[in-house]
Amino acid sequence: MPSELETAANPEKLKRIVIEPVTRVEGHGKVTLLLDEDNRVHQARFHIVEFRGFEKFIQGRPYTEVPVLVQRLCGICPVSHNLAASKAMDVIVGATPPPAADKLRRLMHMGQMLQSHALHFFHLSSPDLLFGFDSEAGTRNIAGLAMEFPEIARQGIGLRKFGQEAIRMTSGKRVHGTGVIPGGMSKNLSCEDRNWLLGEIDQVVRWSQEAVNLIKRLYGEHKDFYNSFGYYRSSFMSLVGEDGAMDLYHGGLRAIDDKGQTIFDHVDYSHYGDYIREEVKSWSYMKFPFIRSQGREEGWYRVGPLARVNNCDFIPTPLAEAERKTFKEFDGGRATHATLSFHWARMIEMLHSAEAIRELLHDDDLLSDDLVNTGERQLRGVGVIEAPRGTLIHHYRINEDEQIVRANLIVATTHNNEAMNEAIRQVALQYLDGQQLTEGLLNYIEVAIRAFDPCLSCATHALGKMPLEVELIDAEGARIHHLIKDADGKHRA
Amino acid sequence: MISTITIDGKTVPFTEEQTIMDAALAAGVYIPHLCHNPEFKPHGSCKLCVVEANGRNVTSCTMPASPGMVVVNDTPELNEDRKALVQMLFVEGNHICPACEATGNCQLQAAGYYLHMQSPHFMHFYPPRRVDASHPDIFLDLNRCILCELCVRASRDIDKKSVFGISSRGIDSHLVVNSESGRLGDTSMAVTDKAAHVCPTGAILIKRKGYTVPMGKRLFDQKTLPEFHLEQQKRVEPEDGPDGG
Ligand code: SF4
Ligand code: FES
Repeated sequence: MPSELETAANPEKLKRIVIEPVTRVEGHGKVTLLLDEDNRVHQARFHIVEFRGFEKFIQGRPYTEVPVLVQRLCGICPVSHNLAASKAMDVIVGATPPPAADKLRRLMHMGQMLQSHALHFFHLSSPDLLFGFDSEAGTRNIAGLAMEFPEIARQGIGLRKFGQEAIRMTSGKRVHGTGVIPGGMSKNLSCEDRNWLLGEIDQVVRWSQEAVNLIKRLYGEHKDFYNSFGYYRSSFMSLVGEDGAMDLYHGGLRAIDDKGQTIFDHVDYSHYGDYIREEVKSWSYMKFPFIRSQGREEGWYRVGPLARVNNCDFIPTPLAEAERKTFKEFDGGRATHATLSFHWARMIEMLHSAEAIRELLHDDDLLSDDLVNTGERQLRGVGVIEAPRGTLIHHYRINEDEQIVRANLIVATTHNNEAMNEAIRQVALQYLDGQQLTEGLLNYIEVAIRAFDPCLSCATHALGKMPLEVELIDAEGARIHHLIKDADGKHRA
Repeated sequence: MISTITIDGKTVPFTEEQTIMDAALAAGVYIPHLCHNPEFKPHGSCKLCVVEANGRNVTSCTMPASPGMVVVNDTPELNEDRKALVQMLFVEGNHICPACEATGNCQLQAAGYYLHMQSPHFMHFYPPRRVDASHPDIFLDLNRCILCELCVRASRDIDKKSVFGISSRGIDSHLVVNSESGRLGDTSMAVTDKAAHVCPTGAILIKRKGYTVPMGKRLFDQKTLPEFHLEQQKRVEPEDGPDGG
């Protein structure tokens, strides 16, 4: 399936275009395109150029430290790492958290979904969607959005803030809190905090609904373009609840193929290794996971909002469920595989998160003091959660002295590795092939990557201010074309 | 007759055998310190407590008070020196507060805040240090040891076990465990020992307790370092004050 642009027989003879770093994604990535004299694309690859060596770093540490330590992997979704690691540690301490702790964690997680999805949609992606992919780059950002569409920008900021407050109130801090501990939680929600959240939540649900309406309208208005941009079909993987419901916090693994057939379902995620393998390729630090039964070539898949909305049988909150149905039925189901549908699905999930928070807030368990369970210690623990960007797997082994001896993490962006490469290849073929390159055209590539909301590392919070340099190098290695975008968005040659 | 000294102009009484530090803390005057703990004999290693006494720099935790002594303590110059000492302690070990269970309960971290330390300033040494998890209930992480010898003193003087010691000199000094294997699991140390609970940093941790106290309720969320140290002093004083009984 993915090999159309992997056929460059003599890559060294071709022109090489490097897009580095890719902007408005979290972290540091690079795209290279190999072109011949006629600007025909022969190879398109998305590389990860940063390597944190985290799995090594935590060896020898006591397991209690890990959920806090792993949050440092990422400045944008630390809660997801915190929760996935904590779920693994629940297994290690042999305890299922009491209901109150489960609900507090869910509240925290929904807050995280809300803030992360809002950040991605309003700050990182809506400038492309509202202004056009090749619009004036200087205004194609959050500042331009605030000028042109102040109400949308305001709601984006409001949604994000609400999510951050929900995180702070449950974890102790807006970023890198410590509320979650193996076997449960160290704190509950105060009455005062619950009242604040209750006061805001109706507006948050309303704004989330408006965000769904916005992306739905944009999609409808440019249906053919949205449907075809970087289009391809693929398998999808996500957690689903026991009853097939969308469940972002806990469940079994489900994978469906590109024709909608089940590959596996309700898989106990502690056996994920029986279903998923990871392949290493020399040109990227990021591994390439694949579904074992489908094989190395065909076994790649997508995770994240689009996978979850497609995979679940229903969403257990009414507004989001209505939107899921609209989405699935749209244009005879064609949107369900489109690259840009990630945005639509993401907003449906944001709405679901808002609704789920509203339901949770009326549950008095959130105020309970029964917060931790203990049990019989185990030496191995796997924790899986649906992070904003997709399925997040944390797997640890400890020794008898309670030190980490082995860790394996598969993050959402890694699951999507091949899928992102495929999206780039499609876009390169559709829009760049045989063309004179411009910043606008190169942004098409970035738009395709950005649809996945990839988190390439954790260190940067560039939010569109990241400088971008594109070089076109000919077969002899001489630079023939050069374009720089500065941090202020200005271009120079 | 009660003798007195002055600290930053304030008259402070003292009794025989009291050091400048003892007298100051008893009178509610704070002198920054890390290796001093009123429950144990002074050690004088961290040098944070250095004051100017009659014009000379002395470690206040070991220097006996003498009648009429004029002590200068809370000055920008002395506090700058103290900050530099804390910064050196940070770079000499591997103190990664964001990933440390002791964060919020650590006196080294609190001293950093108290002295307005914004950065480590010096180059990190990143020394390779040992982690010893062999004890069923205690985790010993030498990355965070500041060689205050409080655990040494507690184990020797109170627990009567002498589980810990300091070996080598100067920059090579390090904490050693007194068992043939050198492992804590092979000593008679118990989690209830005093030595398990005196470490001012996160070098000696009780297993399975990490992060159970939420943010906002940790030691230094609730009180400042001076408040904590002054309360520590109160706990060792007899009910009716330092001069009574
Ligand atoms: S382990 Fe703790 S108490 Fe013992 S010397 Fe090191 S810092 Fe001091
Ligand atoms: S407190 Fe006096 S030298 Fe450490």
